[in-house]
Amino acid sequence: MSVNLTLLIVMGALYACGIYLILERSLTRVLLGLMLLANATNLLILATGGYAGLAPLYDKDTAAQDYADPLPQALILTSIVISFAVTAFMLGIIYRTWVLARQDEIEYDLEDLRVAETPSFDAEDDAEIPAETSEFPLTMLGGDGSSLSDHAVPRDAPEAGASIKAGARKIPAADAAAEEQPGSRNVTPGPEGGVK
Amino acid sequence: MNIASFAPLAVVLPILGAALAFLLIRHSRAQRAVSIGVLSLTLLLECVLLASVWDGGTAAVNIGGWLPPWGIVMVVDQFSSLMLVVSSAVSLAVLIYATGQGMADGDQDAPVSIFHPTFLILVAGVSNAFLSGDLFNLYVGFEILLTASYVLMTLGGTGPRIRAGVTYVVVSVVSSVLFLISIAMVYGATGTVNMADLAIKLADLDEGTRTLLHVMLLVAFGIKAAVFPLSFWLPDSYPTAPAPVTAVFAGLLTKVGVYAMVRTETLLFPGDSLNTPLMVAALLTMVVGILGALAQSDIKRLLSFTLVSHIGYMVFGLAMSSVAGLGAAVFYVAHHITIQTSLFLVTGLIERRGGSSSVDRLAGLAKLSPVLAILFFVPAMNLAGIPPFSGFLGKVGLIQAGIELGTPLAYALVIGGVVTSLLTLLAVARVWNRAFWRKPTDAEYPDPVLLAAPKDSDTGSRAGRTNVTLLPRTMVGPTLGLVLLGVSLTVFAGPLFGVADQAAQEMLDRTSYIQAVLGEDAPVPALALKAGGGK
Repeated sequence: MSVNLTLLIVMGALYACGIYLILERSLTRVLLGLMLLANATNLLILATGGYAGLAPLYDKDTAAQDYADPLPQALILTSIVISFAVTAFMLGIIYRTWVLARQDEIEYDLEDLRVAETPSFDAEDDAEIPAETSEFPLTMLGGDGSSLSDHAVPRDAPEAGASIKAGARKIPAADAAAEEQPGSRNVTPGPEGGVK
Repeated sequence: MNIASFAPLAVVLPILGAALAFLLIRHSRAQRAVSIGVLSLTLLLECVLLASVWDGGTAAVNIGGWLPPWGIVMVVDQFSSLMLVVSSAVSLAVLIYATGQGMADGDQDAPVSIFHPTFLILVAGVSNAFLSGDLFNLYVGFEILLTASYVLMTLGGTGPRIRAGVTYVVVSVVSSVLFLISIAMVYGATGTVNMADLAIKLADLDEGTRTLLHVMLLVAFGIKAAVFPLSFWLPDSYPTAPAPVTAVFAGLLTKVGVYAMVRTETLLFPGDSLNTPLMVAALLTMVVGILGALAQSDIKRLLSFTLVSHIGYMVFGLAMSSVAGLGAAVFYVAHHITIQTSLFLVTGLIERRGGSSSVDRLAGLAKLSPVLAILFFVPAMNLAGIPPFSGFLGKVGLIQAGIELGTPLAYALVIGGVVTSLLTLLAVARVWNRAFWRKPTDAEYPDPVLLAAPKDSDTGSRAGRTNVTLLPRTMVGPTLGLVLLGVSLTVFAGPLFGVADQAAQEMLDRTSYIQAVLGEDAPVPALALKAGGGK
């Protein structure tokens, strides 16, 4: 069986681009990828038909081996029609996604995410806690709170024994600072709900 | 005039019915009558076909009078006609259920009237795939049923359905492309796509080419049949579809993939060259699938995972390539189509009655609706394989065949099968205990509707409408019918197992199939099986 090299190279390029595109998150690119895959496969079917020949219309002077193989062409026609239907449907879906979500990216499955999170997530314990949990406004802890921010704490940690006047009583400054350090229970929880 | 000449009607009738139902899109009453009537007629025809080959034998029909291997041929044998009857019976029940749901909810509007024609096209595609004796026609059958299933999957076009639909469409299209590539390669290697002709010509190819084609076909069908690790897409996409659609998908679509795998393994590539990888895949499918089911709290997702898991049993039976194993697999496919579909239909009823399909919210349904409890309990126990149900008989058949084979891997699969069966029992018992047995106050997130327990009220509000019948007879009826069909598989297990074993015998022998298609004097190549272990 003779094979057309150009056909094979084009087919390979179409497959490569098609596979790259269907791995994207954007639906339009996925659709383009599927179309490239379908066309690459059509070329493959064409290649299996062997050498190019005359149109397969019966003529009593033509030898049998001079005709092109008609079957692959019939198969390609069928597969073109099928990929046409699928493309039309995918375009409909993409339009619907755009209408619903104003984006053409595929979304995560919420139930999937929920099941994945179940072991480490507890609705009551791990609900998002605001970073600022002190009952006292930061301004009362001396200044505007900038000295107690996450990044500032290690550098100018207050010396032991120092205390801060908070309302009517005094609290140890170290405790107030520890509250705001990374790793404290009260820092904003990680994506899974727990503290990283 | 042979009765098998009417086999193409099993495809043509639903397609014509679909066209008629599409024309009647504004007349929902006439549309319902047409689609149910056509499907009943198809079922009747298929019963006649099954009766004609009940005692063995194969009949082939040349479409348009073109002689094989050039023309398209349809083949009726015991396996294909059994699959046809079971699938059409299940589709009919689902269609009546869906019609009942539409009438109860008063869905007279446009998107749902698309359901009837699309459903009939789905049935036509399934019938075409079961009857096809031609690899490319099998591909066309797959595409017909898949395209119809894309529409059914995204019915209504809500956000979650579109999201699930995209996953489903992309995975299906990729598997179809793989299948088409395999067909192209098969044609390039042999110059034919007729399956009986291929059975003869593939034997002449050298070992490497044969294995390549074999693996490509199995991967393409493995995606459709949801064999691990190609099963990831199924639990992600099935549960979001409407209940009747999920039910028919779960029952039929994966089984068409299994059917194609059986034909590949027995007719095209007989022998045991790929039995070991298939057995490993079967073991992983069973165990990984059921472990996935145990993690779920949504009943539909849980059932989707058990569906994946139980595909493993069929692949196990197929991978043994013995008469006992293949026969048990054939029986198991028939059993599983019925049971899985009825469980999904019952879940649809649970969702209507309890307002949710999450076991964290459901409670006390056994007291609220004893009928629903029985409808769930019987197929659930059947799925788990509790004696004397057909699930138990099918599993016993597989385990016996495995022990007969006697290799260490077969024993591992036997153990895996038993463990999977027990874990399935655990999974469905969890659903039973939570949704049906406990008090509504014990639920983690109790449903206010169930807490109030409107004891004797059969109506409720759904989708913004009040006074909707929650368990209409038109929905309970078909569900009950399917559950009874499942039970009758148990009652008639003896003759059914006989037919299944005979079908397996004929499929492994191949003579009947090849000679029915290519004529009495077609050369049947000797099986390469002789070197295989066991019987």
